[in-house]
Amino acid sequence: MPPAVAAPAVVVANLSKRYGRIQALDDVSFTVPVGSVTALLGLNGAGKTTLFQILTGLFVADAGRVSVFGDDIASAPVRALEHMGIVFQQPVLDLDLTVGQNLGFHAGLHGLRRRRAADAIAEGLGRLRIGDLAGKRVRDLSGGTRRKVELARALVTSPRLLLLDEPSQGLDTRSRADLVTDVFALAAERGTSVLWATHHVAEVASADRVVVLHRGRVAADGTPSGLSEAQNVDTLEAAFLGIARRDAMA
Amino acid sequence: MSVTVLLAIVWRELLRFRHQTSRLVSALVRPTLWLVVFSAGFQNVLGISITPPYATYITYDVYMLPGLLGMVLLFQGMQSSLALVFDREAGMLRLLLTAPTPRWFVLLAKLVAAAVLSVVQAYVFLIVAALFGVDMPRFAALTLLPALVLAGFTLGAVGLLLTVYVRRMENFAGTMNFVIFPAFFFSTALYPTWKVQDSGATWILAVIRLNPFTYVVEMIRFAAYGRFDAVSWATTAAVGLAAFLLSVRGYDPQKGMLGRKPRDEG
Repeated sequence: MPPAVAAPAVVVANLSKRYGRIQALDDVSFTVPVGSVTALLGLNGAGKTTLFQILTGLFVADAGRVSVFGDDIASAPVRALEHMGIVFQQPVLDLDLTVGQNLGFHAGLHGLRRRRAADAIAEGLGRLRIGDLAGKRVRDLSGGTRRKVELARALVTSPRLLLLDEPSQGLDTRSRADLVTDVFALAAERGTSVLWATHHVAEVASADRVVVLHRGRVAADGTPSGLSEAQNVDTLEAAFLGIARRDAMA
Repeated sequence: MSVTVLLAIVWRELLRFRHQTSRLVSALVRPTLWLVVFSAGFQNVLGISITPPYATYITYDVYMLPGLLGMVLLFQGMQSSLALVFDREAGMLRLLLTAPTPRWFVLLAKLVAAAVLSVVQAYVFLIVAALFGVDMPRFAALTLLPALVLAGFTLGAVGLLLTVYVRRMENFAGTMNFVIFPAFFFSTALYPTWKVQDSGATWILAVIRLNPFTYVVEMIRFAAYGRFDAVSWATTAAVGLAAFLLSVRGYDPQKGMLGRKPRDEG
């Protein structure tokens, strides 16, 4: 009997979604291997956010399926969501609550009891060097710090999969660099699988894998160096732009 | 786990409420004005004869009190729904809906939170009314509790259902008025049905009898006097349950309104 093979962190298979006359996703398929940082690169309107909405169970696909560590998001959403820590594109924090209260609320939503939640919150905030902000109201924090709080919140439940939907949107250069450093360090330390949607190529240049989404279709899928070689260019950015241009003309 | 989720959602609503003291003030000022000003003006115009659950003649302010408790609950129910619409616009709803908990349970927890806030405000208003000399029987504080809980749940569920269809803050504020004022005026909150019957306004009487808020008010009125009005309880519970089930369906991305339109397309 062959040994059981662990399910990939994410399997997206033949996913399609249409809004009226707009085909947001068209037969999209890719996988996120366990423990990898996978970048989902795409220009604005490529379908990244729609894909994330389906991945997180907020939207339902017209066709195809998504599974997270073997749990189907449509038929077993609770189990699939248990694996995830999510940072949404739009900042999602209760501005009237403190940092600690926001994280406590999230921990409660995930069923963490008080003592365990307090430990996880302290660890998450400490890990991102914002442990002293637990009692601060979110309204009083800068955009970059709020993003760190959101990342800390996503980590509170020790997720096996981290979903990041353009997490650096609205951040200055330094905050963006901090975010990149923190995510890659976390993935390396904890073995967390990461799916990172962005259109900033530099953020994900060190990713293990890159999926290029263009006009709702997978335009390329491979390692950063593999994509550059296939496009006969030196950088991932040049490869991405080349793929986007090629697809625009097709 | 479910209890932890429930407590987290109720805890957040209570925290938010604590930060919004103007909410409590406005929730109390509105019915207090009705109780003090409106009832003073109509005290001698609207004599209330002996009708159940009252065992004797009562003054108009005493008649109004259950209706005004209903008003407190009605506004709170709509306010909780408005908060949900705000959560949707601010993105917090996504956090709730991506929690690893069945969606119906998340919505139920929201309703429990709304009912808790409703009951707290109703009791505070009862104290205010007592300070103005408008009292209920002593035991009312106890007998009212289940009625207030059910009323808070039902009115919260109706508000929740509205959030399925009215998805933007500016539209919801208008819709609130469209729901609150007809529900209040076409009910027995301000006058008993026999008064309307005597005036010959049969169509208004028909609307009052069809209005679920009428049954909420009567349930509270009877409960305050230690009486159980089965029709009011059954109607209020049925409306609450129906509104909740329709809301669950509305928030189901596979069946409802959710997930039909793109947002922040990237």
